[in-house]
Amino acid sequence: MSTPALGAANEAGQESILVINLRKFRRDRFAVVSAVTVVIFILMAVFAPLVTPHDPYDTDLLRRLQPPVWREGGEWSYPLGCDALGRDLLSRIIYGARISIFIGVAVVLLATVVGTLAGLAAGFLGGIVDAVISRIVDTLLGFPYLIFAIGLMGMMGPGLENIILALVYKEWTISCRVIRGETLAARELEYVEAARAVGASKAHIMTREILPNVLSPLIVVATTRMATIIILEASLSFLGLGVQPPLASWGSMVSDGRAFLLEAWWVSTFPGIAIFLLVVSINVASQGLRDAFDPRLR
Amino acid sequence: MRLGFVVERLLQLVPVLLGVSLVVFLMITLTPGDPVEIMLGNERATPEQAESLRREMGLDLPPHERFVKFVRNALTGNFGRSFFHRRPVAEVIAERLPATMELTIVSMLIALALSIPLGVLAAVKRGSILDRIATVASLIGVSMPGFWLGIMLILLFAVHLGWMPVSGRVDFSHEVPRITGMILLDSLIQGRVDTFLDALHHIIMPAVTLGLAMAALLMRVTRASMIEVLQQDYILFAEAKGLGRARLLMRHALKNALIPTVTVAALETGYLLGGNTIVETVFGWPGLARVIVEGIFSRDYPLVQAGVLVIAVIYVSVNFLADVLYTLLNPRVKL
Repeated sequence: MSTPALGAANEAGQESILVINLRKFRRDRFAVVSAVTVVIFILMAVFAPLVTPHDPYDTDLLRRLQPPVWREGGEWSYPLGCDALGRDLLSRIIYGARISIFIGVAVVLLATVVGTLAGLAAGFLGGIVDAVISRIVDTLLGFPYLIFAIGLMGMMGPGLENIILALVYKEWTISCRVIRGETLAARELEYVEAARAVGASKAHIMTREILPNVLSPLIVVATTRMATIIILEASLSFLGLGVQPPLASWGSMVSDGRAFLLEAWWVSTFPGIAIFLLVVSINVASQGLRDAFDPRLR
Repeated sequence: MRLGFVVERLLQLVPVLLGVSLVVFLMITLTPGDPVEIMLGNERATPEQAESLRREMGLDLPPHERFVKFVRNALTGNFGRSFFHRRPVAEVIAERLPATMELTIVSMLIALALSIPLGVLAAVKRGSILDRIATVASLIGVSMPGFWLGIMLILLFAVHLGWMPVSGRVDFSHEVPRITGMILLDSLIQGRVDTFLDALHHIIMPAVTLGLAMAALLMRVTRASMIEVLQQDYILFAEAKGLGRARLLMRHALKNALIPTVTVAALETGYLLGGNTIVETVFGWPGLARVIVEGIFSRDYPLVQAGVLVIAVIYVSVNFLADVLYTLLNPRVKL
């Protein structure tokens, strides 16, 4: 927290810092364009049933591997072509955005809540609480992310809920480490001393005094992690360990198209472009957020 | 003093390794239902066979005894029998691990070879077009899903242009007797240049796929640390003394700027080890990561458990070495 005293003072002080930071963010053109792209993806996901030209699960074997509109045999009603079961690729990509964004948001939210609570407790309470939480974090950091998630998914079985759980089990360690570090620094500062002196409880100091001051790095970390989670989910689905058919997931769509690379490259290519576009937009937008919210991390 | 530090760090490894073993051990208890029944799903097994498998996996013991047995067996390399491969798990791992290690090492070398010159150039020409191109390239690199990049590379370089093989480690005609299991190394040891070149030809696309995101990350680290070093007093002094630019950069700046790059590279080995699951699947690379994924589909739990444990132990060990090397090499860290 660059300005702890201001941030801790009152709600109004927090808001003004937020407004100042958002104004700084707006000056970064690339970040704004990327943020708009992310918003478009989110709207597309939310209103998928309204914006898709076809039912994403509707099979039509007469349209099997139909090429995109600009190739011979393509037509405007199926602009990106069809997959091996004759399903409209564009509609499936739009529905795929739902899965990717839902999992990304759910994992980051859950992991941030758990990680923040654990990080606050470890950093502020110290002692045995810190020792136990830190050892758990060290242990989980001992696994390469994808291997850990694959191992868990293998044991728990595929599915939407399990993929979220498998990712949260490791993801919380990221925000926990950040918050623990910030809390360790904050607990020595004057405003915490002052709160202690007037007899505020530990829970009050953690949630009302320290937490508002560590929100900036938390927002930055959460947005950056969203991109990583989306790629991880797509990777698990690509391996067949994520969301199961007929649900449209970008990773499994790329995987489905592998068998037809020679005759129908579009089946694998377009869902991959969608993942790339969303992830790159989140990365650029979060970099803009980081520059605006936490200049130390630049 | 230094030996004391290494020993202290080594001792700190013990609880982490125990924790890692506990998590891997717990994975099987998370399995909904009876693991033996799931594993025997499609087999026509008698109750006696099921009981024997249960005993072999230690599932007849209470949990704490099972964990002690698991750790004891792991320490002696006894991971039980692979249900699918019908031979000891340790044998399957020993056979497949070198391929994964070879791919990981070559990917890392590619990442370093790309990131260091680009990062240095971007830092020296800070704010220039070149710097911006490098920054955009690194952004693209970290945002590209590995499985998709791999498929696109296959589509372009193997299918359309026919320059690269689609899968495998080496052509049958170039196979060499196994020494380390890493074909590049084995071919060099045996003086087989033809095999070395063929293996190199096979490994380039998977290694680039795996290493590109790492290169992007390391480029950013090198750039940032080089910028910091170039602003230090001793560099300004050397410049004022009239030292040539090339000598200044290579002898004075780069040496110090590379410490964070090498440290981050080692710390991010986990990314490469995890990414292997994807790349080995896309390119049909016969490594350990692919065996773990296959093990999940064939419900070969002992193999999956052992594979995950071995990769986690390698990762923890590399991190330990990176930490020790960083501390020993960095003159600013006083022990």
